[in-house]
Amino acid sequence: MKMNNINVSNDHLKYLNNMKRRERIIKITQILILLSILLLWEIAANLAWIDSFIFSQPTKILKTLWEMILDGSIFIHTGISLFETVVGFLLSTLLGTSIAVLLWWNNFILRVSDPYLVIINSLPKTALAPILIVWIGNNMKSILFTAVLMSIVVTTLTVLNGFLEVDQDKIKLIETFGGSKKDVLRMVMIPANVPTIINALKVNVGLSLVGVMVGEFLVAQAGLGYLIIYGSQIFKLDWVMLSIVILALLAALLYKTVLLLERRFLKWRE
Amino acid sequence: MAPIVELRSVAKTYHTPSGETKALEDLNLTINQGDFISIVGPSGCGKSTILSLIAGLIKPSYGELLVFGSPVTGTSSKIGYMLQKDHLFEWRSILSNVYLGLEIQKKLTDENKAYANKLLDIYGLGDFKNRFPSELSGGMRQRVALIRTLAIKPEILLLDEPFSALDYQTRLIVSDEIGRIIKRENKTAILVSHDIAEAISMADKVIVLTKRPGRIKSSHKIELSIDNRTPFKSREAPEFREYFNTIWKELKSHENEQY
Repeated sequence: MKMNNINVSNDHLKYLNNMKRRERIIKITQILILLSILLLWEIAANLAWIDSFIFSQPTKILKTLWEMILDGSIFIHTGISLFETVVGFLLSTLLGTSIAVLLWWNNFILRVSDPYLVIINSLPKTALAPILIVWIGNNMKSILFTAVLMSIVVTTLTVLNGFLEVDQDKIKLIETFGGSKKDVLRMVMIPANVPTIINALKVNVGLSLVGVMVGEFLVAQAGLGYLIIYGSQIFKLDWVMLSIVILALLAALLYKTVLLLERRFLKWRE
Repeated sequence: MAPIVELRSVAKTYHTPSGETKALEDLNLTINQGDFISIVGPSGCGKSTILSLIAGLIKPSYGELLVFGSPVTGTSSKIGYMLQKDHLFEWRSILSNVYLGLEIQKKLTDENKAYANKLLDIYGLGDFKNRFPSELSGGMRQRVALIRTLAIKPEILLLDEPFSALDYQTRLIVSDEIGRIIKRENKTAILVSHDIAEAISMADKVIVLTKRPGRIKSSHKIELSIDNRTPFKSREAPEFREYFNTIWKELKSHENEQY
C-alpha cells in the first residue's frame, strides 16, 4: 500500500520524528558499546592490567593489519578463506537442493534413504574432517569438502521439507492443465521454495565458515584459519585477533550479500 | 445430439492402508452441451470425485466414462477445472498467472495471449495485469482464477466449490459474476457445492447425491419464471423457495439416517 504523503497530520509528523530519533539513539548506543570495549581493551593493555602479549590490543592489531597490508599477505589469507567459504556455501546449497529434488521425484529413494539422512544429519560433520584429509589429501579440496559437508545434509532436509509442504491442490492445479511432474517441479516446487532455498543459503554462510575454519586448522598453508592456528602456536596473538576481526567482518558481509539476493528474488513479497 | 459427458454405472473406491472407502457406486449421469449442472450432497459423498473423474485425474474403479463421446484416458485441454481456492501463484504477476495453463499446454501463442488479455479487460481486471496476487481482494482473485481456466478455451468447466473460501457477501457477488461469464462464453459447466441456494441459483439442473457411497438420489430441473436469469436474480424468483425446500428436505433425510 502506498503512503499518502499529501495530508500528513502534525501528530503523524511527531510520530515519525520520534521513530527516527529512537532509531538514531539505538545506532549511537551500538557504536558507543564497540568504542568503549576497544578503548577499555587499549587502556587495560597500556596500564598492564592484562598482558598484551597474550591478549593483544587494538593498536597492535591495527599495526599488524597495516604491516600485512604493506606486504600484501592479509589479502592472500582473506581472499583464500573468502573463496573457500563462497564456493562451499554455493556448492552445498546447489547440491543440497538437487538431492532434495531427486528425493521428491522418487519416493522409493526417499523412503530408503530416510534413516541414513537422519543419522548423517545428527552426526557432527567436523568429526569427519580428519578422515577427509587422509582420503583427499593435504590441500584445498579437503577444505572445500569439509565446508560442503557441513551444510549439505541440512540443506537437503530443509528444501525437501519445503517441497513436501507445498499445497497438494497447487500440484492438482498443474495436473488439471495436463501438466507433467516436470511442470510441477518447474512451475510450483522450485518457485514456491525460493524463500526456503534463500533461507538455507543464509544458514549455510555460517556453517560453511565453520567448515572452512576446521579445514584450514587441519591442512592449510594459507587462509585466516591457518593464521589463527599458526599465530596461536608461535604466540603471535596479534595475528589471531586480527584474523578473528576480519572473520567477523567477512561473515557480516556475506550475510548482507544474501539479504540483497533475497530482496532481488522476492520482489513479489513486498 | 450426443451428450457431452456420460457416466455409465461408474464406481470409485479409494484404497488406503487403513481400509477402503467407496466414494461412488453405480452412478449414471448424462450432461448435454451448454448445460449448467449443480451437484449437491452431504459432505464426503464423492461430489469432488465426480469432477476428478471427468477431468481424467483419476480413473473409475468400474463402469464407463465418456467425454465428447469417447472414453477418458487422461486430462484434456477441452476441460477446465476450477478448484476451491484460487491457488494463484504469489510469485507470478496476474497476467502470468492467467498464462499458466497456456504455458503448460504449450499454447502461448499471440492469439491466445490476446484472448487472455481480452478476458482480463472485459471482466474488470485490465488494470491489474502487472500486479501480484497479494494486492488483489478475494473476489478479484477468484475471477482471475476463472479467467486462468477460460484462457485455455475449455468446452466444459468443472467448478469444485469455487466460492467456498469467500465471505458471504463476496460469494454472492462473485458467483453472480462467474455465472454470467460462463453463460456469456456459452460453456457447459458442472458445479459441485454444499450450498443449496448457490446450486439452484446458478444451474439449469440440480442433482442430489446420497451419502457415501454416492449415488444419484434425485434430479431437479430448475425452471424459474423470470426474464434474463442471472444467479442473483434467481434467488428472487417465486419458485426458488420451493426448490430450496424440496432439496433441503432430501438432504436432511440423509442427516437423519446418520443418527
